[in-house]
Amino acid sequence: MEKKKHKSSVMERRKEVLAGLKNLGGKIYDQMDKGTFPSLDMPSRSTDNIAYDEQLRQFILGDRRVRRSARNIRHVKPFTQLVWAALFSNELSSQRKTSTLRDVYYSAQAYEMTFKDQQESNNIITDLETVLGFSREDFNIFPEERSAVFGDLTIEYTVPGYEGKKLDLTSHPDGVLIGPALTSSEFVKTSADKVIAIEKGGLFTRFIEERVHKKYNSILVLTSGQAPRATRHFIRRLSEELNLPVYIFTDGDPWGMHIAMVIISGSANAAHLRELNTPDAKWSGVWATDIVNYKLPTDPLDEVDMKRLFELQKDPRYKDPLWRREIKTFMKIRKKAEQEAFSRYGLTYIVDEYLPAKLEETK
Amino acid sequence: MAQTTFEEISAADFFYRNRDIAGFTNPSRAIFVAIRELVENSLDAAESHRIPPDVYVRLSYEGEASADTQIYKLRVEDNGIGVPPRHIPSAFGQILFGSKYKLKQQRGTFGLGGKMAILYGQITTHQPASIISSTGISKTYMYKLMIDIQRNRPLILDRKVLINKDMWRGTIVEFTLEGDYFRSMPKILDYFKQTAMVNPYANLTFVDPKGRLYKFARITKDMPAPPKETLPHPYGVDVELLQRLIQITPYKSMSEFLRYHFHRVGEITARKFLEFSALSPSKNPKKLTHEEIVRLMHMLKRYREFLPPDASCLSPLGEDLLKAGILKELKPEFVAVHQRKPATYAGHPFIIEVGIAYGGEIPKKGVFLVYRFANRIPLLYDEANDVSLRAISAMNWRRYRVLPDMPVAILVHICSTKVPYKTVGKEFIADRPEIRKEIANGLREVARQIQHFMSKREHVDRERKRLGVFSKYLPRIAEFSTKLAGKEKLPDVEKLLTSVKKYGEEEA
Repeated sequence: MEKKKHKSSVMERRKEVLAGLKNLGGKIYDQMDKGTFPSLDMPSRSTDNIAYDEQLRQFILGDRRVRRSARNIRHVKPFTQLVWAALFSNELSSQRKTSTLRDVYYSAQAYEMTFKDQQESNNIITDLETVLGFSREDFNIFPEERSAVFGDLTIEYTVPGYEGKKLDLTSHPDGVLIGPALTSSEFVKTSADKVIAIEKGGLFTRFIEERVHKKYNSILVLTSGQAPRATRHFIRRLSEELNLPVYIFTDGDPWGMHIAMVIISGSANAAHLRELNTPDAKWSGVWATDIVNYKLPTDPLDEVDMKRLFELQKDPRYKDPLWRREIKTFMKIRKKAEQEAFSRYGLTYIVDEYLPAKLEETK
Repeated sequence: MAQTTFEEISAADFFYRNRDIAGFTNPSRAIFVAIRELVENSLDAAESHRIPPDVYVRLSYEGEASADTQIYKLRVEDNGIGVPPRHIPSAFGQILFGSKYKLKQQRGTFGLGGKMAILYGQITTHQPASIISSTGISKTYMYKLMIDIQRNRPLILDRKVLINKDMWRGTIVEFTLEGDYFRSMPKILDYFKQTAMVNPYANLTFVDPKGRLYKFARITKDMPAPPKETLPHPYGVDVELLQRLIQITPYKSMSEFLRYHFHRVGEITARKFLEFSALSPSKNPKKLTHEEIVRLMHMLKRYREFLPPDASCLSPLGEDLLKAGILKELKPEFVAVHQRKPATYAGHPFIIEVGIAYGGEIPKKGVFLVYRFANRIPLLYDEANDVSLRAISAMNWRRYRVLPDMPVAILVHICSTKVPYKTVGKEFIADRPEIRKEIANGLREVARQIQHFMSKREHVDRERKRLGVFSKYLPRIAEFSTKLAGKEKLPDVEKLLTSVKKYGEEEA
């Protein structure tokens, strides 16, 4: 693979973000300079304007747009907060610093732009994402890191102080945090031919111990439950830039199933964003049919689980036969199983027997 | 068989034995009632001749009486018309003697209160009262009196005639009484404050036993028109009154009797009424039998054609004075007052005046402050039973944007030749439907005015807040976007702010 091409992809995106922010500032400045109340148009994020796009295989926003105007007494404060958030993001990006949503909330107070609560400041950041079409990670605003990656992949940092520095992602046996520095790094080389995403930390560690990366020539990604957006974007880059197939292993219950689905098809909350999903990724287990076939120890599905299944049944993302079959099976057996359930057949059973079988099955 | 003796007791003796019914219930109440009765007499004495009253009250400590009570000397001075010297002993030393048996609006009704106070002083301290008075002639008269309780006669202990060089006019009453000032102090101060509220043309001064001076200065010399005396209205008579009138009447025919002794009865009305009640117009009233008198009373009440009593016998405060008084004593941000047209109950005319005040120095109590007045007397006790309170609680105040947790004071004043008090102590007014209806209508009128004020204020508030929001945020948008766009010069937001202001005014 060509190192140079990838490097420019990260750098170019950064340039685009900065240009977008400056452009936004200019638009507002010009309106005010002309003596008019500044206003902004953005797609509406209300639920009736969210639709599933078969082609993109993710949720997108419809044509309806909303206008935020400083003319409107109810808009003027959020409008100001939005411009402030843009300025703050601009400073972060140009100074190459990172920040969290919590930071945003507190930083605002230094500008006497106090937010009522965290939710209010989060909403403003989402507005900014919608206006610019970039995700907050692009403005260097990151969530708390909790997911990790391990495997034969060499990356090159672009963060200040580490520019040009390379790291082999097998160098730390606990994995490497998927944080701002990793997210903004370029992929240099890899010998892996697949990506395995894992819901739970325990299994991720077991896989590393059992050298799954070697045995199955794979890059391991820990999602730690629902994958953060930075991780979803990272998985997509692994899939797109390195052209690797992605296999997802979760608990065998409606919630695990949905973790896989969000990696594959994205979430309604992120309908205003692109490139967070990995449409070709596969959910490899634990399926409801696995529970039956492998005779796993189970817990009964409770009412909340059942309710969730009914919701998923109506969800447009779940229309493929595999998903429908699994939902039906869950409903029929009314049972769920965790990934750790395979330990009843010995600690290495999952790696030696189950994993290769499922990789083959979902190829 | 046991023998029962019947003895006649004098009026003074009766009240001596039943002082509770005149309000002298306990030592703290007694001192309040004594002050109130004398102040009211003083105000009446000045007002009846359109003299703006100056009333000076001093209560001084004389010694201990018991564990809870003390002896006080009470001195009340006024600039009223004075009492002619020959009337002084009876006016101050004989119960139920007085100038108040005619039908016009006055504070006192029975000619009882002032003398009850003196009587109470006498029975608790055994000291004579001293009265100094002059009608503004060259002499001043000073009496020392006690009341002979059993005979209801004044006992003159001393009498002096002094030269009145300055032609002073007025009355000074001084006597000692037992009481508990410190327990009654809050009520007494309330009494002065509220009296000042509905008598804004009076100077009231009170010096309490600690030497503290409370002064309520007049803000106007305008006084309401004094009431005219009137004859009783046919609807308001009873058998007793009819009998008295028959006794004293010089007229020899029923038609004249009706015309000259009753309010709003002329020749035609008298004739029609006599036809209605099948009485001969020429019949001599003195020849009516007892049964005929009773029937006459019923017919008088049943006849629908009598005109309602006119209100010239009433002396309401008037909207301007009422407003001035409220502004003076409550210092509110807003006040609305309303005077109802005269109305009647059971043949007695009455006028309701109401006021509502908001904000300023009015405290927030969680309930409305209610000030009740009858013939310009503040009513301080038994608020819960009063007709005003019932009318107030029956109102849907929310509709008028008024809530009990707002600083709101409501004032209700009833003027009548006969205020339907429930007790001799003049504490609260009976729930008569006619009166209640008038109070409710008056309240609705002032409530509409305060509603208007409230919505206007809310609008102004809203506009101020609105402009505040824009002036807070627009400059920041300018600042942030300038930085973000990498520009030097800030865009001008003044024009935008001006347009916000204009827009707001258009809406108003």
